[in-house]
Amino acid sequence: MIEINQVSKSFERKQALREVTMSIGDGTIYGLLGPNGAGKTTLIRIMTGITMPDSGEALMDGKQISLSMASKIGYLPEERGLYKKMRVGEQIRYFARLRGMSADEAKQETENWLHRFGIESWKMKRIEELSKGMAQKVQFITTVIHRPRLLILDEPFSGFDPVNSKQIQDEILRLNGEGTTVVLSTHDMESVETLCKEISLINDGRIVLQGDVQEIRQRYRENVFEVTLRKGEDRETRLIKKNEGESNNDFLMRIAKEGEVVEFREKLPSMNEIFIKTVS
Amino acid sequence: MSNIGLIIGHEYMTRVSKKSFIIITLLTPLMMIAAIALPTWLMTRTDDSKKQIVVIDRSGMYSELFRNDDIYTYIYSGEDIDAARKTHQEVTGFLYIPGDLTSDSTSVTFYSEKQASAEVVSHLKRLLNQKAEQQKIDASGIPELKEIMKSVKSDINLKTVKFDESGKEQVTSAEMAELLGLFSSLLIYMFIMMYGSMVMQGVVQEKSNRIMEVMVASTRPFDLMMGKIIGVALVGLTQFAIWVVMTLMASGIIMSIAGINYSIGMNTEELMQSVETMRAQGMDTDIMNAVLGFNFRKILILFVLYFIGGYLLYSSLFAAFGSAVDNETDTQQFTAPLTIVILLAMYAGIYATNHPDSQVTFWCSMIPFTSPVVMLVRLPFDVAWWEIVLSLLILAGSFVASTWVAAKIYRVGILMYGKKPTWKEIWKWVKYK
Repeated sequence: MIEINQVSKSFERKQALREVTMSIGDGTIYGLLGPNGAGKTTLIRIMTGITMPDSGEALMDGKQISLSMASKIGYLPEERGLYKKMRVGEQIRYFARLRGMSADEAKQETENWLHRFGIESWKMKRIEELSKGMAQKVQFITTVIHRPRLLILDEPFSGFDPVNSKQIQDEILRLNGEGTTVVLSTHDMESVETLCKEISLINDGRIVLQGDVQEIRQRYRENVFEVTLRKGEDRETRLIKKNEGESNNDFLMRIAKEGEVVEFREKLPSMNEIFIKTVS
Repeated sequence: MSNIGLIIGHEYMTRVSKKSFIIITLLTPLMMIAAIALPTWLMTRTDDSKKQIVVIDRSGMYSELFRNDDIYTYIYSGEDIDAARKTHQEVTGFLYIPGDLTSDSTSVTFYSEKQASAEVVSHLKRLLNQKAEQQKIDASGIPELKEIMKSVKSDINLKTVKFDESGKEQVTSAEMAELLGLFSSLLIYMFIMMYGSMVMQGVVQEKSNRIMEVMVASTRPFDLMMGKIIGVALVGLTQFAIWVVMTLMASGIIMSIAGINYSIGMNTEELMQSVETMRAQGMDTDIMNAVLGFNFRKILILFVLYFIGGYLLYSSLFAAFGSAVDNETDTQQFTAPLTIVILLAMYAGIYATNHPDSQVTFWCSMIPFTSPVVMLVRLPFDVAWWEIVLSLLILAGSFVASTWVAAKIYRVGILMYGKKPTWKEIWKWVKYK
């Protein structure tokens, strides 16, 4: 769906992106990872058509991305913003209309979403009356209201409590199940593991790691096993490293000497560990 | 697909439905009436509390002059000031006349415990002046001098008559033309400033609210800018229309009330007398004619056209500079030059009221930055059609150019956060493809 080819972009004093290439398949959930200031926001702005690359190309369905595609894209920027004086219902409808929905459709869809989140009672409230978390929810709705084919979410979970965070996560999965392609930029590595199929890790404007999440975790495995042993009445769980060239059976035999093996599981590195390892 | 219509609607509705808009729109005319009526009312009110004045007359020539009336009571005293102060407490003041006023007019003094009120002072001054004048007239020895002086006094009122197209005479008034021109140019200046900066505030607010990025991902920056500019312009025109209607209604009400007052407040004799004097002075009818001599419809239409043109020119620049900064305090650096230009236009307008046909005025009514203000000053003085058309065309061309430049600055500016750009950088934004 999205093809980024050799994209570079530089600002006055800083090279924000250096020959970035990535391909985001239709219907996937794609993670965009990287430390602060790595160039994620610049890349996202290129994907939404807000900025143009200095060189290289950014394509959506084979066509160069431009602002005229706004109706196909839903973008939740990291810096949230709504018209403070507007009422919730009005606000959602306004964005729906701006991105090409008819008045009736916008109205209907607004009702649907308010109902889905169980917040019909907020409809006449002004944005400034809402708490931060409530406003975030409204912001999420304004992002997805026009049924975009591509959803770009920059830190979608920030500002949410665990319950609401879960609700947003479920909505993302539901939309993805309906065929929406999702690009997720986040520092929350746990959600990357649960949601994303593929990722790109950007550091200092370059892609330093790219590919399928499971495959990357396999690639970074360090032959560490989580082993639970029973010694008499006690149970003990330990991390034990397998030696170089040692087969699984040999390894089992070795640890079986220390007690009865109850559980034996290879421990793949978390995305968090991989992130820290790659970036630092 | 263009979203301008949608954005215009949003900008218009959010502003017009605000309580502050409704209050200001309704209150401003009332406040303006109050600003004129209150001083007038205060001036006509006289202070009718009783006043006691101790007169210390060393010359002995003015004892006849001060006669007690409803308000003023005079006490003659032979003491000096210090002694009189002790004997007469709680009086309004002490009038000290050291000698003959015809030879020494400066040494009369009024002493009081509190600051002497202007009314008391002018009352005493008038009495003393009258007396001194009379003394001088008597001393001159010319018998009928008083009558002669009265007949010499003159009050000439220059009537101005302008030939209209059909060759008929039309009574006009240069003062009225000046007043009308100045008023409408002030109004247009106020409108451009007010609504121009409203556009800028809107842009800065969207930036500081961080809503800009969402908006830019939803619609073209040009639509966003033009939608805001046109939306705010419609707010201004709505306000203006309401004011015009209110003025018409108010003047209707005032006229009918005044009519009623005439018949109730005056008896027939007085009424006849006042009409007589008015007719004698040729006052009433002339002003009416002078007012009717202006083509109000033309002035009104051109006011709207010049407002739209001048507003578009300035507000697009206001929008551009608003987009360059991310908080309201920083806007001043960029609006200062604009404010200076608008002020210059205002001064040119004031100059034009006194010199409506000068070369400078002509050029100022062609230069787009000053023409909205200056041309409105000239309008009551009758301007050739080609001049108006040319000046409007120049204005239109300029705002097309200015919105084009502004859109370029705006497009880059709205997503720039963090640092205040320099003029050089803004120039670079204009040149971006």
